[in-house]
Amino acid sequence: MQIEWRHDIDRVLDDAKAQKRPVLLDFSAAPM
Amino acid sequence: MYPDERVARFVTENFIPARIHVRDQADDYRRFGERYGVQWTPTILVLDHDGIERHRIEGFLPTDDFRAQLLLGLAQMAFKRGEWEPAERRFREIVEQFPDGDAGPEAQYWAGVARYKASGDAQALGDTARAFAQRYQSSPWAKKASIWAR
Repeated sequence: MQIEWRHDIDRVLDDAKAQKRPVLLDFSAAPM
Repeated sequence: MYPDERVARFVTENFIPARIHVRDQADDYRRFGERYGVQWTPTILVLDHDGIERHRIEGFLPTDDFRAQLLLGLAQMAFKRGEWEPAERRFREIVEQFPDGDAGPEAQYWAGVARYKASGDAQALGDTARAFAQRYQSSPWAKKASIWAR
């Protein structure tokens, strides 16, 4: 299993509110 | 941290995973970095569904320590929302699953506080102080709990 990271952060925050789901927000320098 | 199957499953099941790359998403990095006070990578934030930061992990961690920190994030989130029983359950899960990790003493401390908040019974704090006499005696959290032993 791989994590499907999202990069549309504004949309993620909107979805979190709508779905009442927490967010794991990773500020990363790792190769994408 | 993330290639580990257990981490990937836990993250997928419990969070909306979102990533901002310091170079490839420079504008987002600047904007959200300022918003959340992020100065270094990796910085991993546990945000509740209102976008409020509830837990922060800075720097690389070995897999089990990272898993414990993710659980700690969910526990802190429940605690800060006043959901005492789920919070205690999560904190105790950390102590049981990762007894030798760095998160164990902190989780043991807050499990006691969560039980006290739920019950109003100060015995929960005394029990926690006694638990620190058995485990994590040299941790800073044992010092914090020591006042409850009186």
